[in-house]
Amino acid sequence: MAKYKMHLLVCGGTGCRASASDAIVGKLQKELDEKNLQDEVQVVMTGCFGFCEKGPIVKVLPDNTFYVQVKPDDAKVIVEEHVIKGRKVEKLLYKDPADQKEISDSKHMGFYKKQLRIALRNCGVINPENIEEAIARDAYAALAKVLTEMTPQQAIQEMIDSGLRGRGGGGFPTGMKWKIASQNHADQKYVVCNADEGDPGAFMDRSILEGDPHSVIEAMAINGYCIGATKGLVYIRAEYPLAIERLKIAINQVREYGLLGDDILGTGFSFDIQLRYGAGAFVCGEETALIHSMEGERGEPTFKPPFPAESGYLGKPTNVNNVETYANIPVIYLKGANWFNKIGTAKSKGTKVFALAGKINNVGLIEVPMGTTLREVIYEIGGGIKDGKKFKAVQTGGPSGGCLTEKHLDTPIDYDNLIASGSMMGSGGMIVMDEDDCMVSVARFYLDFTVEESCGKCAPCRIGNKRLHEQLDIICKGKGTLADMDKLRNLSHVIKDTSLCGLGQTSPNPVLSTLDNFYDEYLEHVHDKKCRAGVCKDLMQYIIDTEPCVGCTACARVCPVGAISGERKGPHTIDQTICIKCGACMDKCKFNAISIH
Amino acid sequence: MVKVKSLADLQNLKANLQTKVDLREKGDSAERLVQVRVAMATCGIASGAKKVMEFFIDELEKRNIDAVVTQTGCMGYCYAEPTIEVKLPNQDPVVFGYVDSKKADEIIEKYIKNGELVPGIIPVNYETIDNNNQ
Repeated sequence: MAKYKMHLLVCGGTGCRASASDAIVGKLQKELDEKNLQDEVQVVMTGCFGFCEKGPIVKVLPDNTFYVQVKPDDAKVIVEEHVIKGRKVEKLLYKDPADQKEISDSKHMGFYKKQLRIALRNCGVINPENIEEAIARDAYAALAKVLTEMTPQQAIQEMIDSGLRGRGGGGFPTGMKWKIASQNHADQKYVVCNADEGDPGAFMDRSILEGDPHSVIEAMAINGYCIGATKGLVYIRAEYPLAIERLKIAINQVREYGLLGDDILGTGFSFDIQLRYGAGAFVCGEETALIHSMEGERGEPTFKPPFPAESGYLGKPTNVNNVETYANIPVIYLKGANWFNKIGTAKSKGTKVFALAGKINNVGLIEVPMGTTLREVIYEIGGGIKDGKKFKAVQTGGPSGGCLTEKHLDTPIDYDNLIASGSMMGSGGMIVMDEDDCMVSVARFYLDFTVEESCGKCAPCRIGNKRLHEQLDIICKGKGTLADMDKLRNLSHVIKDTSLCGLGQTSPNPVLSTLDNFYDEYLEHVHDKKCRAGVCKDLMQYIIDTEPCVGCTACARVCPVGAISGERKGPHTIDQTICIKCGACMDKCKFNAISIH
Repeated sequence: MVKVKSLADLQNLKANLQTKVDLREKGDSAERLVQVRVAMATCGIASGAKKVMEFFIDELEKRNIDAVVTQTGCMGYCYAEPTIEVKLPNQDPVVFGYVDSKKADEIIEKYIKNGELVPGIIPVNYETIDNNNQ
């Protein structure tokens, strides 16, 4: 049996494939065969290394040598020098941009790795149902450190110094939030974890709870110690059964170990956690609505002040933080505020987890330092746009966010830059769109969502969003006028200015940002009655070209509404008043006689 | 279950558990344990990770391979679910994507038995907090 001594890994990501990694594999294999090394050295194509700008990449195992910008003709030198003589091929090594020194071992070139996993540090590493694996990876060490070495004031100061901001979307400084809650005195205070993840396409909170529930439990206990709360509540949506199950298992295991309960680590501090289930209303991600829902009231937001820090759950001071925020916290105490502070940009520290979705090759969960550009996220980590299509926009911030375009690709991602570009961080959904997406329809999709999810408490959101949706629908149907576009903009501003909570204040964002960035597309819908992406059905016409049509009648037979007529062996036509634009005829036609106009 | 009552307790416990996990992960010459981790978050399970995990548990036993199969959370490679990580003794772990029963069989026969890599490898493209000491 062959037992390989060496492996040559060739990047098979889309970018590298485009620059001939297939040919490299072939050449390497050929060279090895010629030298009779095929039983000792194996050539394998792998997934994307996430370093596309220097592709194609070839990595040699077991010595971890990392070759960049390899050409098929380099196969010979790699085999002759590296494989046979054991000498690294210097001209193919990566050069450190700072000092032009070659770096051979990929273990020493962490900086090329765009991702840094802090919140996701244990996801996919530990068994989430086994507390021992978590403790072996430092779980509860931060809690122990805080309880035994720090006063609550010192611990809060550390959090302020770290610069951590809320990852749920708002970006409020976490340390400040804790400080305010700690200064309000009451016989009972509460710590609440907001696990009501509602943005379409965002699933980082679910993944953290499913992959590393202990990081959240530990951080909630630290939070309790800092603000003087002994009770913690996790508000989690009932649609996340696996996350709930793993969280329950974790809480029980922590209790068994005595790390939750009375007199934790003999310090006199007591803390315990309970779960509260949400029914999946988007508005319950807003903290006042969330608290009302936990109290058994309707999940409707109320006016702030009073802030939950003064009067929250059952009228007691309450601190609400999001799952991802909590997941960062133990590391901050273990490695220090200064360590965390150095990661990220001036005003946004640390990393952010994004759920990459849409028309992108590597759909998935990623975690990047703040300040990484959209281009790096989409083209390097995400592996570029699917099927080689053209990038059109990326939607961040979910229904409260906006669409960013080509011109924003090099903007470093942080809270403030995203807001300045007309979008927002939100909880971290990132939906990538290509040339086949119609931006008016995208705006309508998000409005569809907010109309469904508006709690109905205040008129601007309840009625205004419905009207916005109607306007967009009219435009998509090709019945819009220029006046409708002005109405859209005016109404959007009214809704933003007069709504009570974050839902209404941000719901017109998808409309405003698409109006700003894709005005041409709106204009085409209104003026030319045209949808360039071919999404708006009412603006399309299926037309049979009489020239290639042979009159086979296949289209007429497949048409579900009988819109196609014509003599056998004679040209057919489609009655546009009957046609429902299902496209069945076009799929069926063997003569390419049917096209979309 | 012994309760953790003090900081010293926790530190001892951590040290013990770490040795236990290290022993399993790094092994020594006598250690021949193969480790398979299956990403079992909602996304993984929806794409068939449970079946893959059962396949590994059953087949590794049937084929007399000394191995530990555990579940873990999301590794982040949603496009390539189900994903697994295989750690052979004294080697760096390797992540494989798009693993179904057929692929799992190939991984056992080729990679676990012979150290021969099979297509579907996902290179690690992130930095961990352990090696980030800027």
